[in-house]
Amino acid sequence: MLSDITLGQYFPGRSILHRLDPRVKMVLVLAAIVLIFTAFNFASMGLVVALVIAGMLLSGVPVKMYLKSMKAILFIVAFTSILNLFYGTGEPIFQWGFMQITMNGVYRCIFIAIRITALILCSSILTFTTSPTQLTDAMERLMKPLKLFRVPVHDIAMIMTIALRFVPTLLEETDKIMSAQKARGADMESGGLMQRIKSLIPILIPLFVSAFRRAYDLAMAMECRCYNSRMTPTKMKQLHMAGRDAVAIVVVLVVIAGVVVGDIFLPSLA
Amino acid sequence: MAAVLETQDLTYVYSPGSPFARTAVDHVNIAIEEGESVGVIGHTGSGKSTLIQQLNGLLRPTSGKILLHGKDIWAEPKKIRAVRFQVGMVFQYPEYQLFEETVLKDIAFGPKNKGLSDEEAMEKAKEAAEFTGLKRSLWEKSPFELSGGEKRRVAIAGVIAMDPDVLVLDEPAAGLDPKGRDVLLAQIGSYHQHRKNTVLLISHSMEDIARTADRVLVMNKGKAAMFDTTPNVFARSAELETMGLRVPQVTAIMTRLQAMGCPVPSGVLTLEQAIKELLPLVKKKEADENAQ
Repeated sequence: MLSDITLGQYFPGRSILHRLDPRVKMVLVLAAIVLIFTAFNFASMGLVVALVIAGMLLSGVPVKMYLKSMKAILFIVAFTSILNLFYGTGEPIFQWGFMQITMNGVYRCIFIAIRITALILCSSILTFTTSPTQLTDAMERLMKPLKLFRVPVHDIAMIMTIALRFVPTLLEETDKIMSAQKARGADMESGGLMQRIKSLIPILIPLFVSAFRRAYDLAMAMECRCYNSRMTPTKMKQLHMAGRDAVAIVVVLVVIAGVVVGDIFLPSLA
Repeated sequence: MAAVLETQDLTYVYSPGSPFARTAVDHVNIAIEEGESVGVIGHTGSGKSTLIQQLNGLLRPTSGKILLHGKDIWAEPKKIRAVRFQVGMVFQYPEYQLFEETVLKDIAFGPKNKGLSDEEAMEKAKEAAEFTGLKRSLWEKSPFELSGGEKRRVAIAGVIAMDPDVLVLDEPAAGLDPKGRDVLLAQIGSYHQHRKNTVLLISHSMEDIARTADRVLVMNKGKAAMFDTTPNVFARSAELETMGLRVPQVTAIMTRLQAMGCPVPSGVLTLEQAIKELLPLVKKKEADENAQ
């Protein structure tokens, strides 16, 4: 079922991660993602992975949900890491025809798998513990300096909010339309690639039509409530930083320092 | 008469085995006779929709069986599509499923999936369009240009065109104006009389049910609370009220009149029936007054 997709979903809760300032959370997650791609040996990578696992446990969201969000991209992880296996440099340890595997390739394979997994988990922590409103609010605040360059920050944030808001609605709609077309005998499970692509038309067209209809309705409703993006409304919920935010920043800074030290003093593997 | 659709201990549990497990349909045993018109009523969340989505194999029962013409529909899961042509399902707000370039092409989608040739499918589509009262001038138009009520008809025609043995309609008149509602229900009624096939109608309007159904199935908390002839079901108004349902307004008024000592029969379900019963009484009273 489509509703099984948990990637990008929000799980309301009261954990320490839920209560962190969303701006801080967003910056720290970005920092962690950069770290994932700058850790070049097992010690540094271990440190980053420990940070991600700590985040998962602190979030209070069942680990099962994280595994579910991984399921969707398992194929990409497997594909890229296996591809990387054959792109290593140095002495081959296994050769078959033109394909060769080197120790470097094996490391690359392991690291890329860890990286993509950690990347997804990291962003899952952010979206699982932060409501879409908080997320866009934080984004708007963080992008505020761009206003100087005439970037329509508020509009972008609004677009993001609306897009996120409609993800579950459209999923539900897709489910309904699929049921209706199946009831008319639409066959989506068999046939070749072209056949399958063709069988999506009866689903995509009604979905687009209904998305446009919803967009019109929403625009009308916003218009009726005098929405105007040129005016800057005051915020109902002001963002405040607290002691826990400082603690979170310090923890991530320590991990950054650890990774940098590890990268400098230990040999790079991948 | 032979049962066209039969359920045996039909049970459906959402997310079984998880803390969110919820039994939506609970050991339902019903038999729907060939050619009858069955109304399905029940409070929101009573399991009506879950029940009917199992009848054409869109949902697979957690336990229990569904027999179509005496055969278990899940005996061969790979052939479940064949069941969907025999049990035609019209969902709520079916106009949102339209996608083709022209009205006729959209109606022909089902017959084509059934394996009919293009000409045969078109033939079926025209027949169904005629049945639902779609004007010929609309046939070659894009379905998106039509009005809400016309779109609804196209969608219903799309299911009728598959020639199902059983037609299931989930709130077909929801959101239509009163006149559109009357016309649509009358058309469903004439379709039922013409084709002599079985019709299942889900509705929140007791008046619509009273007008169209031979028998009524009342769902409550996932169980089949009542399944009886329409007058018999609507005679149990106190029970219906505990389930968040009610009897048609006319029936309620007639029952009240009877309690007040008026000589009217019980089991009056429609306005026409009520008029037939009350008019002679009123005339008699007028005549009595004039005589005095």
